[in-house]
Amino acid sequence: MSIRGIGVSPGSVYGPAVVVTTALITPPGERSDDPAAVESAVAEALESVAADMEARAARAEEHAKPVLEATAMMARDPGLVFAVGSFAADGHGPVDALYLAVEQYCALLAGLDAYMAERQTDLRDVFQRAAARLLGRPAPGVPEFDEPSIIVALDLAPADTATLNPERVLGIVTEAGGVTSHTAILAAQLGIPAVVRATGVLSASPETLGLDGATGEVVVNPDAGVAAVLGARNEHRLALQAVAQGPGATRDGHRVQILANIGTVDDAQRAAKADVEGSGLFRTEFLFLERTSAPTVEEQTATYTAVFEAFAGRKVVVRTLDAGADKPLAFADLGAEDNPALGVRGLRLQRERDDLLTDQLTALARAREATGAEVWVMAPMVATAEEAAWFAARCRDAGLPTAGTMVEVPAAAIRSGHLLAACDFASIGTNDLSQYLFAADRMNGALAHLLSGWQPALWELIVATVRGAEGKPVGICGEVGGDPLLALVAAGAGVSSLSMAVGKVGSVKVSLARHDLDTCRAMLDAVLASTGPEQARAAVVDLLDAEVAELLA
Amino acid sequence: MPSRDVTIASASGLHARPANLFVQTVNGLGLRVTIQKEGRPPVDARSMLGVMTLGAKHGEVVTLAANGDGAEAALDTLVAFLSIDHDQPAA
Repeated sequence: MSIRGIGVSPGSVYGPAVVVTTALITPPGERSDDPAAVESAVAEALESVAADMEARAARAEEHAKPVLEATAMMARDPGLVFAVGSFAADGHGPVDALYLAVEQYCALLAGLDAYMAERQTDLRDVFQRAAARLLGRPAPGVPEFDEPSIIVALDLAPADTATLNPERVLGIVTEAGGVTSHTAILAAQLGIPAVVRATGVLSASPETLGLDGATGEVVVNPDAGVAAVLGARNEHRLALQAVAQGPGATRDGHRVQILANIGTVDDAQRAAKADVEGSGLFRTEFLFLERTSAPTVEEQTATYTAVFEAFAGRKVVVRTLDAGADKPLAFADLGAEDNPALGVRGLRLQRERDDLLTDQLTALARAREATGAEVWVMAPMVATAEEAAWFAARCRDAGLPTAGTMVEVPAAAIRSGHLLAACDFASIGTNDLSQYLFAADRMNGALAHLLSGWQPALWELIVATVRGAEGKPVGICGEVGGDPLLALVAAGAGVSSLSMAVGKVGSVKVSLARHDLDTCRAMLDAVLASTGPEQARAAVVDLLDAEVAELLA
Repeated sequence: MPSRDVTIASASGLHARPANLFVQTVNGLGLRVTIQKEGRPPVDARSMLGVMTLGAKHGEVVTLAANGDGAEAALDTLVAFLSIDHDQPAA
């Protein structure tokens, strides 16, 4: 049985399947006349969940520890056991008493602010884990497994992926999720082959699986022949990648810088080991989210220094704080908005809270000084030339010589020449640019077809941005940047760098190395002449090198 | 039972980080302590969930109560703790 999903991280693999339990436990409505026994059974289950979470926290990477430790602390909360006791006294059985206790706290948390409301997710996760123990069912999440395996799930939660050991995960297949889902982004970062939207893979109860993370093909219980083909295809791809190392370039030597997207110090250290020319998007939000006060200049300097040291001698493009009503900060809350994606976010928030930007630029300048790194700094959500000039001046005042602008708003793309008058470079964030160009919410799965990177209208704006830049560097740092076929269209459009999840670097380099710049230009023309994304992709596939077409398309 | 009234000094109230630090401090004392907002039943101050869902904001008064040996000294410690703004990084 073969299923066609969406490939989100290239590589073809074959191996045993490990199915992640996602069936949610609902309260069975049981009664008990022994409240003391109910309370102690629940307390024991909660304690074992807490111990398990602490053990996972000890093994997890730095960024994942707080989530797991917070879950452990909730499971051990005396207030939770106390509430269980009172529901047990009313005659409820253990799972019901715990459910009612958890939901009672969730109702209270929901009435508080956004930060507190999110803690409901942690608390309900505690319920699922403890209830599974009480009922003798497998714990939700990824089960323990011995031999390297392919993980199959409806979708993976952050708590699941936080503890995955990339060396033991051959591949990931999910039924849900999309190209921008948490699972897709993480798999591509770790270089684990992955396919999302593989409808029907769970109900097929696979024992073994084959998957191709480039084409999106998933084979359930493949025979030896299929497994061998997948293996051969992977060997072939690796062989092509082996000869496409070093700086990114087309076959005829037209340079396109290949860079990695990063968001934490861990990411930076992992990506810096790869064959990339630097980072084209260092997201700095992780320093600011999920906390009640802004990070100090000293804390920020230490983090930026660690990232710049990882990329010593290479370029790092830093995006300043991109927060707003959709990614709220407890210490910079400007109030709820009806349309957060269209509200005070990105540079707009930075101008409201100048103190935050001052601290960030000061820390970046100090870290740059300490490491001698090639630091480029850019602002998110820039719409006008005035905004771009204001930001560039702030960077230069802080001692940061290379200042740029993101292009995510159609107005910025159309007027890129005016925006770049005061800036040194631009970087196109294709995910947001698509959202604003098509008036289609990125979070709404039903609108995914409008947000395809193959939309000809998106390419009209990319072409306009490059034309207006008049030779200043214009990079792409959205999903488009990591697609081996769209990378060719980007090269044809004159885009000077592509920044992507590090797992996609190999395929993109191979794809560029097998095509001439003239072919890339012909591909761009074909996209612009198309009436829609399917036709655009088909036209580019027609022009592809045969080997690349077989392996990547 | 000894008790004290104290005004919450932290800018974000008894919110995530201050609440966490407060609960840790209480647990370090080894005494049963309750915390109460006016008009609401007292909650176990060793419970993060209880303290967070109290929803005590900056400038609001809470009542702390404790029993047993060292209750007076313990309450003094906790009053001092809540009188500091834990959202401001230490200088």
